[in-house]
Amino acid sequence: MKVTVNVFLKDGVLDPQGKAAHHALDSLGFKGVADVRIGKQIILQLNTDDEDEAKTQAKEMCETLLANTVIEDYTIELN
Amino acid sequence: MKVAILRFPGTNCEFDTQYAFEKLGHTTELVWHENDKLPKDVDLVVVPGGFSYGDYLRSGSIARFSTIMKAVKSYAKDGGKVLGICNGFQILTEAGLLPGALKRNNNLHFISKHQNLCVVNNNNSFLNRCEKGEVLNIPIAHADGNYYIDEKGFKKLKDNEQILLHYSDENGNPIVVNGSVASIAGVCNEAKNVFGLMPHPERALEAILGSEDGIRMLQGF
Repeated sequence: MKVTVNVFLKDGVLDPQGKAAHHALDSLGFKGVADVRIGKQIILQLNTDDEDEAKTQAKEMCETLLANTVIEDYTIELN
Repeated sequence: MKVAILRFPGTNCEFDTQYAFEKLGHTTELVWHENDKLPKDVDLVVVPGGFSYGDYLRSGSIARFSTIMKAVKSYAKDGGKVLGICNGFQILTEAGLLPGALKRNNNLHFISKHQNLCVVNNNNSFLNRCEKGEVLNIPIAHADGNYYIDEKGFKKLKDNEQILLHYSDENGNPIVVNGSVASIAGVCNEAKNVFGLMPHPERALEAILGSEDGIRMLQGF
């Protein structure tokens, strides 16, 4: 099963890359942007087809390695 | 004193660190990350700077799971002294041995320059040779040195006198260098036996190269 993990800096934690991209968009004339957050997407190919099992495994991977929960939040999507 | 200096794939400050501690009269031993034990009778473990595992995923996030880090964790738990410099600081925060986390610098640049630092607390075994409020000139060289800790954590750091250094001007006033909370450049754990800082004291040992303030810092141990 394919599992997509998105990792972003937590709300309230300043995202310097998002801020720079926001500034660049503004300079290019894209004036309608309220905020930009940049994160990373990690695509896992798991050996299970069980949705609950996949979710449990992915969550454990996020908590252990894929996200630093001091500064980052994550979402897990099953595809 | 016997100093163990860890090496991961991508570490690049191990020889400078070795030179520094040997210059101060200590014996040193480089320890490869696949070892499961620290050398016998070690008095200090140093996690040196560099780019362990290419800084992939997050700086320090992969090195923290290496075999040797299990030994370092139990050594620190038993009160052993550990110092993390630059990437070593990032590894120690990722490992949970130090509070907070290090984010990308707020200007997104790799910052490499001599920087003034002000000693915030000296009642610990690292900075005891320095005066509180003293300004030291030490090189910095990092892209991910933007120290973050939430408000609750920051208050705890402050109350327990765990903040070691902040980035400052020549008079010791805090300045923004990389976006760190309260301009923090280094912290220690609550028990004051694990230390981490972004600046490189091992690169400030010779006046002819710009500064010898690193000697006084490393002499503390």
